[in-house]
Amino acid sequence: MKRKDKRKPGDLRSVEIKAGVIEQADGSAMVKMGRTIAVAAVYGPREMHPRRMRKSERAFLKTTYRMAPFSTTDRCRPGRSRRSQEISMVTREALEPAIFLEEFPKTGIYLFIEIIQADAGTRTAGINAASVALADAGIPMRDLVASVAAGKIGKDYFLDLEYKEEEETAADVPVAYMPRTKEITLLQMDGDLSVKDMKGVLQTAIKGCEIMYEKQKQALRERWGPNAADVKKELKTKTAKPPSGTLRGTPSGAQASTKTEKKR
Amino acid sequence: MKRGVYMSEMIKNDREFVLPGDEIINSMDYLPGRSCFRDGNSIYSKRLGLVSVRGRVISVISLSGVYVPRGGDMVIGKVEDIHSAGWVVNIESVGEAFLPLSGVREFIDTTKTDLSKFYAVGDVIYAKINSANPHSIHLSMQDPRARKFRSGRIVNMSPAKVPRLIGKEGSMINVIKDKSGCRINVGQNGLVWFEGEKEDLVVDAINLVEKDAARDGLTNKVSLMLNGK
Repeated sequence: MKRKDKRKPGDLRSVEIKAGVIEQADGSAMVKMGRTIAVAAVYGPREMHPRRMRKSERAFLKTTYRMAPFSTTDRCRPGRSRRSQEISMVTREALEPAIFLEEFPKTGIYLFIEIIQADAGTRTAGINAASVALADAGIPMRDLVASVAAGKIGKDYFLDLEYKEEEETAADVPVAYMPRTKEITLLQMDGDLSVKDMKGVLQTAIKGCEIMYEKQKQALRERWGPNAADVKKELKTKTAKPPSGTLRGTPSGAQASTKTEKKR
Repeated sequence: MKRGVYMSEMIKNDREFVLPGDEIINSMDYLPGRSCFRDGNSIYSKRLGLVSVRGRVISVISLSGVYVPRGGDMVIGKVEDIHSAGWVVNIESVGEAFLPLSGVREFIDTTKTDLSKFYAVGDVIYAKINSANPHSIHLSMQDPRARKFRSGRIVNMSPAKVPRLIGKEGSMINVIKDKSGCRINVGQNGLVWFEGEKEDLVVDAINLVEKDAARDGLTNKVSLMLNGK
């Protein structure tokens, strides 16, 4: 069985990660997985509000997952929904094991995840962005958390499904994973799989997480690592030409500009 | 294994860039210091930053993040509230700081004096951190440098880059003070107060330090820029 975008079953969609995209935030990141775009911002640790959520022995990771109204083909009603609350919770639980929360008792770490464009795998993109943003904010962590979904179409295990594939798959299994300690921090299944298939899908997803992990590290190195300033300067001089008018809001224009950047 | 010979090899060297979860060394001969933790035999980094090896202690100098208070640091803060036993001060850190009556130089009889005569809500002070732990931060004004600001300007910078603004034994900050003719007080929490002839030069210098904190020869660059203006 072939994939619509000619990927191999074990391939990720084209991934682009950028750290430090929001200047006002203590840490931030943007993750593109194919057509899915997630932006995460981290504030804190700072005082916890509302005060009743304060934990006396550790920090509280307040997570807000939100989808922009224009992120889907049909308008998505803004504000909290059952779905967004659930994803906020699983995201928090996927990230908490990675953070040294006990270092900041009575405080709150605020994490906001905004889905700008949705084409399946928004929770995984959100977790990837959040994990980079947390590291960018200098929050003490045991490891970065990488996250990718996998599924089964026909007889093959497919990594990182896009929306059209998600309609065909027997089950969609998002996984979040800490590669250093080989711990799984998120495991969900939407659909049905046999035990054997579940193992296969899980293995595929974990392999994807390991690739994603490297990309996350690369993004942080680009922003903070040695010679990061020089790299930035180079990029600036290269893209110094004013972008043409097509860039304005139209997705086709935006895509075109990223393509030309890649060619350079 | 001979005594005194370290058999373990550094996986990351001194001054090398690390990310959270990166293994720095696999050895029980070393101790994890700031921003590091031990898991099994290895020491790992907690934050993104630069490895620092001092004797047998391995730590990571963080490149980002909010200010984490340490005893002895001088910070700039704003008085937010007055209690019966002291003042609550916002030092833009993890929690609120508290300046108790015992931290003030004078003896104050709370039954007779109004505490706002010393520090009112909204006053900005330069204070020393007397003690800091995850549960409380206590300030003190019993330091020759501590004072209340009555005029001048304050700008905000990344707390992780404050050491660069000060430089080795204050080399950088002295250059800026000389060239701008300003009095400058640097708070370790990333707030910088200054007042004097050419205040704009100080702002430019701080911006340059923030932008190029990771580069070498920063002091020269700053003094060149200040000479040019």
